[in-house]
Amino acid sequence: MATATAGPRSVPATDGDGHKHKKNALSDGQGRLAWILLAPTLIVIAVVAGIPVIMSIRESFFQTNTGVDPNTGLIAGGETFVGLQNFTNIFTSQDLVLGNFGSMNRFWNAFLNTTFLTIVCVILETILGVAMALIMAKAFRGRGLVRAGILVPWAIPTIVSALMWKLIFDSSGVANRILGREILWLADTGASFWAIVIADTWKTAAFIGLLTLAGLQTIPAEVYEAAKVDGATTWQQFVRITLPMVKPTLVVAVLFRTLDTLRMFDLPYGMVGAGKYRVETLSIFAYQEATQSRYGPAAAYAIILFLYVLLVAFLFVRILGADVIGDSGMPKKKKKKKGEDGGPAQPVAALEQIGGAH
Amino acid sequence: MSTATEVPEVHTTREEVEKLAHPKRPARQRVGVVLSYVGMAAIVVYCIIPFYWMVVSSLRLPTEGRSTEFIPSPASLENFQAVFAAQNNFGRSLINSLIVAGTTTILTLLFGIVGAYALARLRFRGKGLVLWLIMACSMFPLVVLLPPLLKMFSSTEPFTWFPYWINTYQSVIIPGLSFGLPLAVWNLTAFFKQLPVELEQAAMVDGCTPGVAFRKVILPLAAPGVFTTAIIVFIGAWNEFLLALTFLQEPSRQTATVAISKFTGTTGFDTPYGTIMAAGVVVTVPLLLAVLVFQRRIVAGLTAGGVK
Repeated sequence: MATATAGPRSVPATDGDGHKHKKNALSDGQGRLAWILLAPTLIVIAVVAGIPVIMSIRESFFQTNTGVDPNTGLIAGGETFVGLQNFTNIFTSQDLVLGNFGSMNRFWNAFLNTTFLTIVCVILETILGVAMALIMAKAFRGRGLVRAGILVPWAIPTIVSALMWKLIFDSSGVANRILGREILWLADTGASFWAIVIADTWKTAAFIGLLTLAGLQTIPAEVYEAAKVDGATTWQQFVRITLPMVKPTLVVAVLFRTLDTLRMFDLPYGMVGAGKYRVETLSIFAYQEATQSRYGPAAAYAIILFLYVLLVAFLFVRILGADVIGDSGMPKKKKKKKGEDGGPAQPVAALEQIGGAH
Repeated sequence: MSTATEVPEVHTTREEVEKLAHPKRPARQRVGVVLSYVGMAAIVVYCIIPFYWMVVSSLRLPTEGRSTEFIPSPASLENFQAVFAAQNNFGRSLINSLIVAGTTTILTLLFGIVGAYALARLRFRGKGLVLWLIMACSMFPLVVLLPPLLKMFSSTEPFTWFPYWINTYQSVIIPGLSFGLPLAVWNLTAFFKQLPVELEQAAMVDGCTPGVAFRKVILPLAAPGVFTTAIIVFIGAWNEFLLALTFLQEPSRQTATVAISKFTGTTGFDTPYGTIMAAGVVVTVPLLLAVLVFQRRIVAGLTAGGVK
């Protein structure tokens, strides 16, 4: 591997014999060209993501000079280096709020909200999504119609769907009418949490279904026929064939849904509002701190969220073997750097912005 | 379709051919088919019903915003007129959304196409690293960007040298690239990979330089992929909320998503649900039309590569 750049500057590689690596004469030794072509993308990423992240890390070690009282609003000018204080405040802060998990400081409340929202939403979405995919895979006709229907929740802007669910969950709204109850869904109660779960599941379950369906369709029918001949029950077929074979696709889809739900913002913000502790996620908390000029703590919380996301992604890749880059696990793929097969083959990444930028 | 009926010497009648083409399914399987249709109907209903509620609510009289009737009576378009009332700045916000989403899409494609081509076709040291970098870029929470950028764009303390960018389009477009670009590169790479490399080789045998081969051969062939990517990125940018909410505070600069979230009625504190729903319909319907027309392409774009 990595012999690619060994032969420098043979740009339109005219030879073709005696090459130890693959026959792609076109791309031999085009490392420099590749970097030139990639330069704009990499520069943009560095400018719009890399530098701000580094600035954010720096920011998290500072506090704006407004004293301890954030309500003064007077900017005394400049900022002070406070070391890890923004981070240690997470443990020492006495800013207690009453959330779903009892009275605790605001950061941990947001942290637990984020975690539990993610776990509940992703599990529900995955189950529903897989069920949908199984149904669609059985269908002979009308698949186009279903696909069109499934894309409806996906295409609606998250904030619009948040407002839509806000109307549905209104105290005198249609959800209560159907249930025949008087639940205060949006009044920052325990029910608010579930309202968010329902809305998020609606928006993205179908989408997991769509991706899983694509995975299902790659399973050859012969495998099922062989299993049937061997007397496998439907359930055995599902557990022993369908799930393992659809796993690579599903794991990546679930990973991206997880990362997306961890940074959920639009939905709780639009449905219940900012500063509602039952549904406050880390993104909302950090946003609120930032817009109130408490940049240091905001950056610290955002960085923690970032690390949390990285950790989850890492665990997914390690434990579940999520094939994010798409360089292994695909039967036809070789080692990535060897052939032109190696690049990204998984725009499932799409899912995460597309599934709804919360 | 050359059916056997066109060949008389084979003693198979048209009916028999039909029968063979559609073998009788056992009863159990037929039940399965019926169930699958029921299931599909359930999926469609599940996906459509909340949206139906939004449409229905937008078609009521403005005074009946919270009504729970399943069919509006009397139906009215007044909410849609109210959406475009001057105080809401909604028309302006649609234009803002178009500018922001359009520019983001174009920039993303410009950078993404060349980058994706390199990733799909060229062999070089460090490709894995680049892929992870782009991947990581699409993973990180947008809110990480907010504290430093908010400080920078509002030219507070250490950034007094920086121009005041709050309420400018570029304050949303430039950070917006951080999620549009990884998406575009990922999608386009998958599309470029699907095109056989022999096409370029043939072009080069005919005397094209790699650049010309790319422009004249690959790019036209990848047009569907580019188009799909454009739609997906555009929808993502159109739906973007957090950046626009933070950086576009002036009503005349707000994008549609932010404008909707800030609707207040003329009647004071009561949430003008009818108007909000009408605005939601206005914002969503163009996307839905695009999605329905290009659904096959979009699904291919979203799932391409992942399972191929």
